[in-house]
Amino acid sequence: MVKRNVVGAHYGITGWLMQRITAAIMALFSFIFLITVLSLPHMDFKAWKALFSHGWLKTGMALFFLSLFLHAWIGMRDILMDYVHPTGMRLALQVFVILSLAAGMIRAMTILWGR
Amino acid sequence: MRFSIYRYDPDTDSSPYMKDYDLDIGSKDMMLLDALIMIKARDDTLSLRRSCREGVCGSDAMNINGKNGLACITPLSSLKEPVELRPLPGLPVIRDLIVDMEPFFRQYHSIRPYLVNNDPPPETERLQSPEERAVLDGLYECILCACCTTACPSFWWNPEKFVGPAGLLQAWRFIADSRDQATSQRLDDLEDPYRLFRCHSIMNCVDACPKGLNPTAAIGEIKRMMVRRTV
Repeated sequence: MVKRNVVGAHYGITGWLMQRITAAIMALFSFIFLITVLSLPHMDFKAWKALFSHGWLKTGMALFFLSLFLHAWIGMRDILMDYVHPTGMRLALQVFVILSLAAGMIRAMTILWGR
Repeated sequence: MRFSIYRYDPDTDSSPYMKDYDLDIGSKDMMLLDALIMIKARDDTLSLRRSCREGVCGSDAMNINGKNGLACITPLSSLKEPVELRPLPGLPVIRDLIVDMEPFFRQYHSIRPYLVNNDPPPETERLQSPEERAVLDGLYECILCACCTTACPSFWWNPEKFVGPAGLLQAWRFIADSRDQATSQRLDDLEDPYRLFRCHSIMNCVDACPKGLNPTAAIGEIKRMMVRRTV
């Protein structure tokens, strides 16, 4: 077989843009969350639990985790593209990363909305 | 003044080694290339490329005390002793300070570094307004010495797939040229996770460029244009 360098996948800008947008969302929510937590009169488990009874905070937290998932995926894919050169191994690792992140995402949602 | 120079002759040496040279230099009021020519006069087995000796041809790019630069425009007074000289990193060594530039130029050629214009050539020349011409400042000055591209880890890891800072600066130079008509094809060609998006904006290229150019900014312009056509 002829050994060719194959490039020209014609994607990349969406991921690059998403990485930046998700970073901005995470930074913004982290800031809001930090302010909210610091402005609590006292901090104990009850106050923490009450904080998470607010719908806006749960939704914000869910968006934060969604951003984290996408951001981490793009970052991990970049690392694997940089350093892991055998295609099969790169694909396997990418699948592993997606599954781990998806599992973490499901777990986060269960914690947020579970009983 | 002491110099420690990377030596490797694949015909006789089993592995590369560093060789020390001591030069009696009265004043440090000269360039590194002058010292190298003095060393070569003493030991003519030392191999290096040089031509214009004034920072225009880009032949004598090398790794000087850990940083890529041109020997001909690096003053000896700016260097700490012993001056450690190595070939450009990330390219195959042919001999001593001479590297095989083929992987670098293959990427440069891949971006079609020439004007693409399908209009019939006018009587005189394709004119630009002074403003259109000014856009090319900071882009056209590149001398293709490869200091930036060989300072880029992304190029070290993927030299066959990543265009590298020099090639991408030139890609933007032709996209930005008012006389070029192949913008869409150029963007299509570059929109690739390897060709363009291996750049993580660490700016080693900007740090290394002996001409003071900014490939990272050019890459940013390419990405901005892609965002504009995608969003």
